[in-house]
Amino acid sequence: MVKMQLLSFRYGKKEVLNDISMRLEPGKIYGLLGENGVGKTTLLKVIAGLQKPWNGSCSVFGEDPFNRAPSFLSRVYYLPEELEYIQNDYSIRFFAKVNGPFYPNFDNEKFEAILKEFAVEGDKKLTSLSHGQAKKGAIAFALATNADLLLMDEPSNGLDIPSKTLFRRIIVEYVSDNTCTLISTHQVRDLENLIDPIIILDNKAVLMNASLEEISEKLYFGLHASIPANAFYSEPVPGGYLCVMENDDLGESKVNLEALFNATMQHKKRMQELFAPNAAEVSTPSLRPE
Amino acid sequence: MMMNFDEHKPIYLQISDSICEKILNDEYAEDERIPSIREMGAQLGVNPNTVMRSYDYLKSLDIIYDRRGVGFFASPDAKKRVKGMYKKEFMETELLAIAKKIALLEIGLDEFIEKLKTVKNIE
Repeated sequence: MVKMQLLSFRYGKKEVLNDISMRLEPGKIYGLLGENGVGKTTLLKVIAGLQKPWNGSCSVFGEDPFNRAPSFLSRVYYLPEELEYIQNDYSIRFFAKVNGPFYPNFDNEKFEAILKEFAVEGDKKLTSLSHGQAKKGAIAFALATNADLLLMDEPSNGLDIPSKTLFRRIIVEYVSDNTCTLISTHQVRDLENLIDPIIILDNKAVLMNASLEEISEKLYFGLHASIPANAFYSEPVPGGYLCVMENDDLGESKVNLEALFNATMQHKKRMQELFAPNAAEVSTPSLRPE
Repeated sequence: MMMNFDEHKPIYLQISDSICEKILNDEYAEDERIPSIREMGAQLGVNPNTVMRSYDYLKSLDIIYDRRGVGFFASPDAKKRVKGMYKKEFMETELLAIAKKIALLEIGLDEFIEKLKTVKNIE
C-alpha cells in the first residue's frame, strides 16, 4: 500500500530523513515511534503528499503522493497534531458537511456515533470547545472518512485519561478492516496494545518495522532481581530490573514498548541487524498490483 | 478468580486466559457465541490482530471453534478442556515453582501436606 525506497528529505540544508525504506500493508495499525526531531511528522507529510521527497521514492496505491491526484487524495486522510485548520468559527458538524463529500466512503452515521461516544458537542463552534474536545471531533471526522490510508500525528496528545482509553477502543471499533493506519507517537503508553506492527524511526534509517509477534520471538522482556549477563538493556523498576535480552529459547513475554524503544536507542545497530527484513523480500519487486 | 494472571505474559495469552476464566464461570456458555474479534478488541482497546492470535491459540486447543460467517463459539466441552489445560500447566510449571520454594524455605513435606489439608478444609 505504501512503499518507500531510499527516501531522503531536507528542510533547506538540514537533512531530516535519509535513505528511508519501508513498506506498509493494509489492515494494520502501525505505531511510528522516534525521538523528537527524527522526522516522524515529515514522514507522514511525505506519505500524505504534503511534502516532496528530496531524493528516493514514495509510492502510495502505486501513485506518487506529491502529484496530489484527486483519486489519491480521496483515499488518504492525514490528521495533523496541531489543529489550526479546524480551530475556526464553525462546528465540527459543519466541518464534516463541507469536507465529507471529498471522501467517497465518508460515513455520516459513523461520524455521529463517534461524536456521541466521545461526548463532543457537534454543533458548538470549535473555537468555544476545549482543545481536547476539538481534537476528539477531528478524530471522529478522520475515522468517518473511511480512507484506505489513515495517518495520525500524535492523536492522543491533549486527550484526558478517560479519552485516551476511549480513543484506543474507538480506533479498534471504527477503523475499517482494510485501512492501513499509521499513528506517530512519543507517548507509547497511550497506545500500548493498540499499535502493532511497531516502526522505530531514526533520521538515518528505519531501525525496526516488526510485528509484536516477531519482536517477542526475537527479544525477551523479563523482570529480574539482578541484571543477568545476557541482558543488553535494563532499567530499574519497583520489582527489580526490567531487562531486554535476545530470546534464545526463553519463551514468550509481553513486549514492553518503552523498554523496547529505549533498548533500540542504545543499541541501534544491533536492533537494526536483528530486525533486518529478509534480503530476498526487499530485492524482489512486488508483482501484485497495489 | 484469576487462575493464571501474569502481567508479563504476552497480551494474546492474557486475553486467552481471561476467555478461559469466563468459560469456567459460565459467562461464556458452552456451545454459545463469544464476542467477535473486533468486539473483543474494542472492549479491551487491543489491536484486532492480537485478539486474532488469542482466538487462533484457543482454536488450536479446541476450547473455541469457528463457524464460518457466524463467529466464534465456546466448544461443547470447553470447560473440560480449559481445566485440562490448566491442570497440565499446574502440574508441569507451577508445581515446580512451589517445590522450589518449599525446598528454599526448608518446609517439611509432612508440614506442607498437613497445611494443605487445612487449607482445603476451609475452601
